[in-house]
Amino acid sequence: MKQLTSLFAAQASWISAHDPRLRLSAAAVFALVTVNLTHFVTLSAAAIIAAGLLVSSASRTQWRNLLALESILLILLITLPLTVPNGLALAVTIWLKANAVGVMVLALVGSLEPMQFGHALARLGVPSQLVQLLVLTIRQIYLLDQEFIRLRQAMRARAFVPRSNRHTWRSYGWLVGMLLVRSLSRSQRLLAAMRLRGFHGRLYVLDSGQWQRHDTALALGLMLLFSGLLATDWWLR
Amino acid sequence: MAHLPDGVLSAPVLIGGGVIAAGVLTIALRQLDDQRLPPAAVFAAAFFVSSLITIPIGPSSAHLLLNGLMGLLLGWTAIPALFVALLLQTAFFGYGGVLALGVNTVNMAVPALLCAGVLTPWLRRVAPHRVFWVGASAGMMGVMLTGGLVALSLILSNAAFRPAAGLVLLSYLPLALVEAVMTGTVLAFLQRVAPELLESSQPPDLKSPQPPFFKGGL
Repeated sequence: MKQLTSLFAAQASWISAHDPRLRLSAAAVFALVTVNLTHFVTLSAAAIIAAGLLVSSASRTQWRNLLALESILLILLITLPLTVPNGLALAVTIWLKANAVGVMVLALVGSLEPMQFGHALARLGVPSQLVQLLVLTIRQIYLLDQEFIRLRQAMRARAFVPRSNRHTWRSYGWLVGMLLVRSLSRSQRLLAAMRLRGFHGRLYVLDSGQWQRHDTALALGLMLLFSGLLATDWWLR
Repeated sequence: MAHLPDGVLSAPVLIGGGVIAAGVLTIALRQLDDQRLPPAAVFAAAFFVSSLITIPIGPSSAHLLLNGLMGLLLGWTAIPALFVALLLQTAFFGYGGVLALGVNTVNMAVPALLCAGVLTPWLRRVAPHRVFWVGASAGMMGVMLTGGLVALSLILSNAAFRPAAGLVLLSYLPLALVEAVMTGTVLAFLQRVAPELLESSQPPDLKSPQPPFFKGGL
């Protein structure tokens, strides 16, 4: 829980100089390209490119996020080599694809500030209501996280230690319930405050990042790279 | 657990999931006017934060899905709230794939809607001391339906995933039991502390044209 704010925290690196819209679209195109690759060579190349980007751009905390992905893949793939002929090859293919996309998303999108992410989505044409909800939710996550940490501290001060028993689950149930009760009053205050400031359902995107020349260069480079991957895959088939 | 990565699902499943998710989201967003938007964001955030709690289950641990409870408390608003949470988890935590976002949304959102549809009438007429069981059913239904849909999207993608789908469904069972206890407790707690949260499938102040802060709650 404590790491929530640090998980969201973007780190300055060469990639943060690039337009968020480019990074979002590049991640999506990379996902589309990668799932269509069929050959080990090109798949490994895609995974290595993604890993290289993450190494060169992101902080070390980003790698820890991959643990969740690996645990899901473990359950999904562990039976494949045992039950299907040629299952090992299928499992390795899927593992490479999932990791390449996951790592690329962490490198390109995970390094964004959450608010930048929302604004980039808005400028890419995502419905305004959805973006408003996203941006408001990000802000509220910060605030409710602090509320949550206060409640957890109160529990710890009363010597609460989570274990695998009924007492823990009930205490956590009350914790979630209390969080919801506080959210109810918080939502009333938020709506009042926003109406007071003339909120009528519009989001003004203040982020006015300009498309730079080095964005075009990166876009062209990535396009070349992605089409190279597809072409090689086609050729090896 | 409910977040399928990219590279696993087949194109028809991905496209089908994307279309259904877009349809359901469009319907849900149409009902979310500017009065309901800020409260929806607060509750979306509350559920997001709650789902980060690490619950010990035996030797391992798990995170709650909470989609059953969200459906029960928020109704249609649960859909965009779930979608936003999934989007953030995909973008910043690396859970779930980019192309699989539609399928993952459907797998979480459809059980939430079903819980809202089936359990809300029961919640209306249940005796106060039995509210726990409504919440427990919501937790159980939400998790097991999600597990079933995850397994279904795996089987529809590739017949080779049949054993894996069974394993996935099996791994959802302990979570379903713990989540049932938790959501039951949450609902019983809310029933005593803030019964207005349970009165309608949307928190009541989201519905009234004159928000209650005029009545001196502030």
